[in-house]
Amino acid sequence: MEMGWRWDFTYEILPQMAIATLNTILAAGVGYAIALIVGLFFLLAQRTPSKIFNWVNRELVEFIRSTPLLIQLFFVYFVLPQFGITLSAWVCGMITIGLHFGTYMSEVYRGALEGVSKTQWEACRALNFSTIYTYRRIVLPQAFPIAIPGMGNYLVGIFKDTPLLSTIGVAELFHAATAVGGYNYRYLEPYTLVGIIFLTLSIPAAMWVRKLERDVNISQGKIKK
Amino acid sequence: MTYFEFLNEHGITLLLGTVTTVKVLVCSMILYVIISMIFGLMRLSKNPVIQGTATIYIEFFRGTSLLVQLFWAYYVLPFFGISLEAFTAGVVALGLNFGAYGAEIVRAGILAVPKGQWEAAYSLNFTAAKRIKRIIIPQIFPIILPPAANLTVELLKATALVALVTVVDLTFEAKQINSITWLSAQCFGTALLIYYIMARFALVPFLRWLEVLAARKIGKEKV
Repeated sequence: MEMGWRWDFTYEILPQMAIATLNTILAAGVGYAIALIVGLFFLLAQRTPSKIFNWVNRELVEFIRSTPLLIQLFFVYFVLPQFGITLSAWVCGMITIGLHFGTYMSEVYRGALEGVSKTQWEACRALNFSTIYTYRRIVLPQAFPIAIPGMGNYLVGIFKDTPLLSTIGVAELFHAATAVGGYNYRYLEPYTLVGIIFLTLSIPAAMWVRKLERDVNISQGKIKK
Repeated sequence: MTYFEFLNEHGITLLLGTVTTVKVLVCSMILYVIISMIFGLMRLSKNPVIQGTATIYIEFFRGTSLLVQLFWAYYVLPFFGISLEAFTAGVVALGLNFGAYGAEIVRAGILAVPKGQWEAAYSLNFTAAKRIKRIIIPQIFPIILPPAANLTVELLKATALVALVTVVDLTFEAKQINSITWLSAQCFGTALLIYYIMARFALVPFLRWLEVLAARKIGKEKV
């Protein structure tokens, strides 16, 4: 076998990898959208009047957060069919990523809401604002900038966890690299390309999140330009 | 087959896998703590070469996926004449990846030490090494331990990935049992439970204990 980097092989596999990259971005985007919504539900479930329900919800969040995403993927993918629910690998992957990161997202939301000073609530009470009005005009606009760094970090986090989807057969970037590598008995170029593609996507994304955080803070008057 | 029969037959295998998982966790924990200390300090160096090296290292390992790094260490490094055993490759990849995250925690911790402490050390004419070693480092532990605890739980979860480079850990055994018996709910459910118990009732209490210890060491009682 030829050692060292082979450029002809790299060019040969590049189109395939580019298409798979689109799948990876799609998976990350859909997973993130689900996580944002699921996180909202977990947040609301923590604030119900029922103490038992709140406790069950908190333990569930704790359980999902402290077990590996990989086994959760296997669990959803292999166990659901036993109960007669057969979903495609894509759907299983999206559900699992949405649930897993939804628990993290609910913590981000909770932290942001608690980050808004209590006196703001008291002032609204004193001004006789309704709860909905208080949330919409006073609390949420202040909570949002606190949530932005966390929300952005998990977008990058989900993106970097999408390779796990290859283990249940979702045809994303890492899956394509493994397939190409196995077919040609060369793993050097495919896996290195995956690394480079991830770097070129996630570093600008992380920089964009940092800029967004700054912009929001400036527009809120927290830091000066 | 009842769940009890399942445990009776496959429990030992899963426990043996758990032992490997613990081994991977402990080794990569030691590695990542050392790496994050070194690179966290390097990141604050005034020398642009040292600081640049640390920045490139951190951005590289935080920018790519852990799974990619693992596969790279196991399947690509042999191309360069470096053949690592699966266990070693797993520990090294985990240590390097989490070291990059840990370095940022250490950096933030050092920056959070009040400036007066630096100034006091200056005015007492401590050497640079002594300043860091005797004054600054002991004070960063209460600051960095809470985020480091989160990172360590993430590390425990990430050890599951080494199964994909053929390390025979808990995840690997669960997958193996699943492919023989097709009792997916039992084997993956048990694996999830074991990970949960390890995180919730062993790792987290241990890290909390470290936090209390660190607070007591510098005279700040933690309740």
